[in-house]
Amino acid sequence: MGTIWFWIVAAMLAAYVVLDGFDIGAGVIHLFLAKTNEERQLIIRAIGPVWDGNEVWLLAGGGTLYFAFPLLYASAFSGFYLPLMIVLWLLIWRALGIELRMHVGTRVWRDFFDGCFALASVLLAVFYGAALGNVLRGVPLGPDGFFFLPLWTNWRVAPNPGILDWYTVIGGVVALVALAVHGALYIAVKTEGPLHDRAVRTARWLWPVLILVTAVSLLATIAIRPSTLRNYTNYPVAFLIPVIVVVSLLGIFVFSRSGRERLAFLSSCSYLTFMLVGAAVALYPVLLPSATDPARDITIERALSGSYALSVGLIWWGCGIAIAIGYFVFIYRMFAGKVNRTSGVYEH
Amino acid sequence: MDPSVIHRIHFAFTVTYHYLFPQLTMGLALLIVVLKSLGIRGSEIYNDAARFWARIFGINFVMGVVTGIPMEFQFGTNWSEFSRLTGGIIGQPLAMEGVFSFFLESAFLGLFLFGEKRLSKWGHWWAAFLVFLGSWISGFFIIVTDAWMQHPVAYRLLPDGRFQLTSFSGLLLNPWALLQYAHNMSGAVITAAFVMAATGAFYVLENKFPEYGRAFLRVGVNVGLIFSILQIFPTGDLQGRYMAHVQPVTVAGMEALFKTEKGAPIVLLGQPNPQTRQIDNPIIFNGVLSYLIYGTTAAEVKGLNEFPQDLWPDNIPLLFYAYHIMAGLGTWFVLVMAVAAILLWRKKLFQSRWALWPLLLSFPLPYIANTAGWMTAEVGRQPWLVYGLLRTSAGYSKYVTVANGLFTLLGFMGLYTVLSVLFIVLVYREIERGPQIASGKPVQSGTALTVAQE
Repeated sequence: MGTIWFWIVAAMLAAYVVLDGFDIGAGVIHLFLAKTNEERQLIIRAIGPVWDGNEVWLLAGGGTLYFAFPLLYASAFSGFYLPLMIVLWLLIWRALGIELRMHVGTRVWRDFFDGCFALASVLLAVFYGAALGNVLRGVPLGPDGFFFLPLWTNWRVAPNPGILDWYTVIGGVVALVALAVHGALYIAVKTEGPLHDRAVRTARWLWPVLILVTAVSLLATIAIRPSTLRNYTNYPVAFLIPVIVVVSLLGIFVFSRSGRERLAFLSSCSYLTFMLVGAAVALYPVLLPSATDPARDITIERALSGSYALSVGLIWWGCGIAIAIGYFVFIYRMFAGKVNRTSGVYEH
Repeated sequence: MDPSVIHRIHFAFTVTYHYLFPQLTMGLALLIVVLKSLGIRGSEIYNDAARFWARIFGINFVMGVVTGIPMEFQFGTNWSEFSRLTGGIIGQPLAMEGVFSFFLESAFLGLFLFGEKRLSKWGHWWAAFLVFLGSWISGFFIIVTDAWMQHPVAYRLLPDGRFQLTSFSGLLLNPWALLQYAHNMSGAVITAAFVMAATGAFYVLENKFPEYGRAFLRVGVNVGLIFSILQIFPTGDLQGRYMAHVQPVTVAGMEALFKTEKGAPIVLLGQPNPQTRQIDNPIIFNGVLSYLIYGTTAAEVKGLNEFPQDLWPDNIPLLFYAYHIMAGLGTWFVLVMAVAAILLWRKKLFQSRWALWPLLLSFPLPYIANTAGWMTAEVGRQPWLVYGLLRTSAGYSKYVTVANGLFTLLGFMGLYTVLSVLFIVLVYREIERGPQIASGKPVQSGTALTVAQE
């Protein structure tokens, strides 16, 4: 039961990263990509009808985490207090940037909200990457399963780390580059003309950087926390995951060169998904490792809710997510195709 | 400073601000379905009206989303001990809210706002209906969460202090939840009806888009009257009685009834004085409280003196004021809507400027009443997080210092000030531009949620 809920929560968070990832990625690069007001508007249009639904995966995933693993939710959310609050503020600014830029027709107003959208997207990507880095590195858990981390201390991973240290910053950079590529490929799928060409060029240009930082982050993870390899050496079939990551990276390269953007974008989805699956396998069955003493790790068993609630939960979760996936398929079909200057404008 | 104080203010501030938006969107979602239904029979005015209110809805919805995400986070960030102990129970409705409501709402809001020309008339009606359904499901799960804290049911307390769920249906069908849901959703419709009626009154008084103003008034006043009555009877009445049954000390605090009395009075105005244990400058009606709770003016109502003082709500004056503001405004809503409705039915409302003015000026009052109602519920629950089982002082995040709590509280205050300014500017612009742009020339176009259909 615990294992099922571990993968359910992991899957929901992965869905969040893949889906909201492309609109965050679009925010990361849109100032470089879009040269004119019309082009920026096209980018907003490409994500306008879906960004909010994508963000729901964070809420639904967070709610499910709370329900299935209350101790993890309580410990992690209070321990990562400051970065989480900053993430909340960034989510607010980003939403304002997306939603408000078109409301007043002056250039200063638009530029301000474009800036909000871009800056908040960049910082969110970095914070999400650093958050994953923190979980992989471990935190100084007390005997009661709680901790509190400052934003930074001396930038070292031990003995008293902060949220940001050299390792988690690498995680942040990986997330930033990966989401930038992801966003660029999405824009390439959704647009045409010069904007489309620039998006493809950006993705191609960022590709070697992504390879480099991915490799560095994998090596760094193994270096600071060798136990992340334990599940891999015990179950060598798990090495398929890094193989899929490599294949996905190649897919991004090959498909974006040959003009098949949709496949390139799907490769990027696969890359993000399997990076996260790889991290989940590296952690399992630990949810939040202790940086000091493995006996203090928050494990699935320790954090799990009551079995009755979880059994009932399995039923409604299954139904609810099946319906939700139905909505997503329906909505993405409704808004499929390239955006252009007139799409979405009301015609009476 | 006691750290629990900063965490309480943190939650109270962010949730109070947040709920300014959902109370409108939940009510407005229903009214938009009403407008779409009227429009489907062929009247283009109602279709334009639905588009206009969809734009207002979009702005409020986005505000509700961005201020709502911090709410779900704060259970863990600021109330981690509470989350650890109760997550097995209230995590359930919170997770269900995300899975069953937010996906529905967000998916069909996009379709509703952008999809009108891609959908048939009925298809678009269904999109509006599903947005309404999603927002009302969301309200239900939040009420279930709060109701469990007010009146815990279907739980088992483990030796280590954690709570476990024993009955899923018991949790969802908590009698407190059903009563509170009816009362709360009715309150949300009142907010939307008053906002719609006030906008209509403004357009008619200003003689600007008067035909739309009249449509808004017709819908706003009729719906407003129905729900203003429902708010008091039966929903408010039933909830008050149930509360007197399961939280008698809270009811005594709401009325600042310091001593048990037969034929207990209702206090219209006054200032409770916890030191002298009486109400200063009271204006009272004898016997009314006994009548409201037990149906007879002679019945005995338990006063605060029956309970040890450490079980009293810890801020009696605030509880008293919140409750009286809510109840007083609720009475005003029936009055103002009844007068407007009678004039409307006699076809005199649109010429009666004296009756339009109170409608216009009353639009902030439902916001105040809804807020005061929630303060009554939550201040009344003190000193408990989970009534009778877990004290507020035992639930906050021990490792989050007062300084950190204050840092983020100030951050939210600053950010929400900016949001308020932007919100007012945007809504003012929509009302200024009016409902006609939809059928006129296309204005500047865009497709974020808040600027659809221009």
